Amino acid sequence: MTNTVPTAGFVRRFAGTLHRRPRLQLSLLLSAPLAWLVLAYLGSLAALFTSAFWTTDSFTSSVVKIWNTDNFTALFTTDVYRQVALRSIGVALVVTVLCAVIAFPVAFYTARIARPRWRPLLVVAILTPLWASYLVKAYAWRLMLAEGGLLDWLLAPLGLTGPGYGLTATVLVLTYLWLPYMILPIHAGLEQLPASLLDASADLGARTGRTFRLVVLPMILPSIAAGSIFTFSLSLGDYIAVQIVGGKTQLIGNLIYSNITLDLPLAAALGTVPVVIIVFYLLAVRRTGALSSL
Amino acid sequence: MSRSLKAATAVGVLLLATACGSSGTPSSAGGFNPPDLEAQKKLGKTEGKVNLIAWAGYVEDGSNDPKVDWVSDFEKQTGCQVSTKTAATSDEMVSLMKSGQYDAVSASGDASLRLIASGDAAPVNTKLVPNYKDVFAGLKNQDWNSVDGVPYGIPHGRGANLLMYNTKKVTPAPDSWSAVFDKASAHKGKVTAYDSPIYIADAALYLMKTKPSLGIKNPYALDQKQFDAAVQLLKEQNANIGEYWGDYLKEISAFKSGNSVVGTAWQVIVNAAQAEKAPVKAVLPKEGATGWSDTWMISAKAKHPNCAYKWMDWIISPKANAQVAEYFGEAPSNAKSCALTSVKDHCATYHAADEPYWKKVHFWTTPVPQCLDGRKDTKCVPYSKWVQAWTEIKG
Repeated sequence: MTNTVPTAGFVRRFAGTLHRRPRLQLSLLLSAPLAWLVLAYLGSLAALFTSAFWTTDSFTSSVVKIWNTDNFTALFTTDVYRQVALRSIGVALVVTVLCAVIAFPVAFYTARIARPRWRPLLVVAILTPLWASYLVKAYAWRLMLAEGGLLDWLLAPLGLTGPGYGLTATVLVLTYLWLPYMILPIHAGLEQLPASLLDASADLGARTGRTFRLVVLPMILPSIAAGSIFTFSLSLGDYIAVQIVGGKTQLIGNLIYSNITLDLPLAAALGTVPVVIIVFYLLAVRRTGALSSL
Repeated sequence: MSRSLKAATAVGVLLLATACGSSGTPSSAGGFNPPDLEAQKKLGKTEGKVNLIAWAGYVEDGSNDPKVDWVSDFEKQTGCQVSTKTAATSDEMVSLMKSGQYDAVSASGDASLRLIASGDAAPVNTKLVPNYKDVFAGLKNQDWNSVDGVPYGIPHGRGANLLMYNTKKVTPAPDSWSAVFDKASAHKGKVTAYDSPIYIADAALYLMKTKPSLGIKNPYALDQKQFDAAVQLLKEQNANIGEYWGDYLKEISAFKSGNSVVGTAWQVIVNAAQAEKAPVKAVLPKEGATGWSDTWMISAKAKHPNCAYKWMDWIISPKANAQVAEYFGEAPSNAKSCALTSVKDHCATYHAADEPYWKKVHFWTTPVPQCLDGRKDTKCVPYSKWVQAWTEIKG
């Protein structure tokens, strides 16, 4: 009993100090997450960027800490890196557009047409694929896309064959993998769309197409933009699905992966490419106002 | 707030930069001077576990196939629990060894010298490996497992990279690498190749036989002109490639489904694909082949060196060496294991003691600027350029 009195006194005094100094309170509260943000998050990016200026011993592939800009020179002057970067951006854009096109009707159904009591269940159904491992899904697609696999079998009556492994298969699988990330924000956006606006549009004589173009689309554009951040950045960084179903396709992630074992600085330099692209993409998205509505 | 955040970031970056900068090591570019490391003098108590990096099929504990198991007995006898990381390429092995988390590695010739030069692999005291005395003389103290007479590893076995083909789709049966180069267009989109820069040597080997005017003597010693020709051949091949394989399971599945019908493979892949009823066969083409001669090397930073020595002795013991050689489809390194293989003529089939045969197989080795074929008047293309070219070949 006697021991706890000074402790209690200290705690009380400490609490009093905190109460009198809100700035101290705030900085204590934020120091842990800030340390995480600065050291682990920004720190790793800084380490990435720093090591991009080093080089390797050409024989042992050990990192040699001599400062130079050779890796960035190679990045800008080598055709193959440019091609692969452009291909990766293309894949990310196509996947994003496909996801948006598929996600909109699905989200419209789950958010506005389905009976309210079914809606949460439908959202759960959309999320279900996220519970399965990424690798399992990618390998399942490898089997489906294989010669004489499910896709070939389904398309055979139409006289067609599946796309086989390659760029098309990569886009297909990435679209499948990231679709839920697009459906959810659009679903949320459509849910908040006041029904009165749709009624008013109809009352003023607008047909479905016009209502969609002039009322719905402008209002859910921020949601689409928010979803596209996920689909775009996830596609841009992916290298595993490409390895599994991409055939001989190389994306920027594969280049990083294949260089990381032998030439870490070059891999780091390549790694800055998606970072820069994503920063530009986020700046572009910010103009749509999607970031402020998140 | 934002100013203090900036300051904190700056401090963080500074800390990182100094932390990284202080551990710099001088590099020995050019000449080959392995760091001064000493081999272990005597064996101590085993540590209870050992971490290995191995090629697929080298460390089997029965989990892939209950009948294929030479690890459990080792664990029982020595009390060393084995954990294995399977690596797909030599480059992966080199980078894994740099992590310092592993005790031993089954390095091929294109990894072993790099590991020695970087100081990641330690010299081996062969006196602590009793079975070493039975290893074929042709495998001891070779260029890829020793430096100036100091052994850096225990030979495991050797073999050739084969041409695997689908017996139903590829007729007549190929006997030349032209099936994947000049005549690859017959199977456009279904040709496969090993996904590693070292595969450039396969193209060089083909050119060595088909274009003598290039004057290639050794597929790992290519001057710029020879190298460009090999790269050009591979760029042409790329148009017919369906996929490159790094993961051996991926190649098995591709041959099983028919997505790949012809391409380079290891005997273990052929065996596994046949076991899964894929209609495949493999052949050593008339041009000869690239191949590998593998060496168990011990990490200079090994945390379980005594168990690692026990493992090196175990894997070349007659029984275990016979098992792994048969399972992987390679020539064993221990002469006594030839009597213990379940297929009696295994050693004859794989030319275990047939040194003239191995002259035709060009073992993987790391290309360096000093031409390995002895030419003094020209510079050869080093491996770092091979890596870059490989990215460009794949496009």
